[in-house]
Amino acid sequence: MSDIDLTRRSFLKTSAGAAAVAIAPGMMLFQVAHGDTQGASDKVRWGMLIDTTQCKDGCNDCVSACNKENGLSGETKATDSQWIRKIEIKDVSNGRELSLPMMCQHCEHPPCVDVCPTNASMKRADGIVLVDKHRCIGCRYCMMACPYKARSFVHEPLTDQNPDVPRGKGTVEACTLCVHRIDQGLKPACSEACANKAILFGDLNDADSEIAKKLRSVATTQVRADLGLNTGIRYQGL
Amino acid sequence: MKKLFFSLLLCLCIPMAWAADANAPKLDIGKGGQCVEDPQWMRKNHMHLLKHERDDAVRKGLRDEKHSLKNCIECHASTKDDSVIARDDSFCVSCHRYEAVKIDCFECHSGKRKSAWLQQREAK
Repeated sequence: MSDIDLTRRSFLKTSAGAAAVAIAPGMMLFQVAHGDTQGASDKVRWGMLIDTTQCKDGCNDCVSACNKENGLSGETKATDSQWIRKIEIKDVSNGRELSLPMMCQHCEHPPCVDVCPTNASMKRADGIVLVDKHRCIGCRYCMMACPYKARSFVHEPLTDQNPDVPRGKGTVEACTLCVHRIDQGLKPACSEACANKAILFGDLNDADSEIAKKLRSVATTQVRADLGLNTGIRYQGL
Repeated sequence: MKKLFFSLLLCLCIPMAWAADANAPKLDIGKGGQCVEDPQWMRKNHMHLLKHERDDAVRKGLRDEKHSLKNCIECHASTKDDSVIARDDSFCVSCHRYEAVKIDCFECHSGKRKSAWLQQREAK
């Protein structure tokens, strides 16, 4: 009996080895074919921590940086795209006022993705919520589902887009966390533009990153945490 | 009789060949040079590369620089206006017009070289 078991075990070992040898060159070929890019990794979760105590009332630097980077007009009419906007809030009971930027919160469980009928609304492995405009049919369900009113619809034909940021009429769009910059190893434009360093960008999953350390040491909140969406954008001093 | 038939056929064929030549698209290939794949293969298959790899790029973040639309534009945008779509003989337009195939790419994507686009933005 033990004889049979041994042979079976050795057979399994050899076949596992053979399988590894067979698969390894395939993986190598894949990497070679794709120029060693690994794509978005699920070990990373990109996020931002916005320090509202450092965010100045009346300052619009993050918004204009976003508009410039992504080629938005900067107009704020009902039909104009706004990927990030400054909002002023006031606690009426004591008169405390705050100014903060609001944009796509890059939820872990995004309602926009749940409702999308064409799978255009999607979350990348590294936590960035995007619209795949190749699939978007412009139905705008995602805009209704989003509790943060973060998405915009492009109403007019566009010209002269940033070659890195394709945008077009008939599709929904929102903050991409400057995915084209992140894939080049850069920070999002808003984070870079903030003179007061109020927007801290980083990997929430990396315990050694500046953002993770700060999240451990200070009190932070997620907007509408009651919805249980686990947003990637966190606020301090709210 | 056979000779007469062949000479007649020849008389008909030569002008037809000339005419076909005259209508063939004349394109501004931009910088040109060595393409990322064999040019004949690219003529037949570029759309498959663009279509399949766009999904990898958007959804998985796998950006294959070599086969990207941006890389096509980098080489093939005209040296005169830095665009693949600006004129009738621009790289994309001339063939697609000849073949009567409508392209949607540039309703969202820029047809310009990034360097030219940056220059234009700074000038504003």
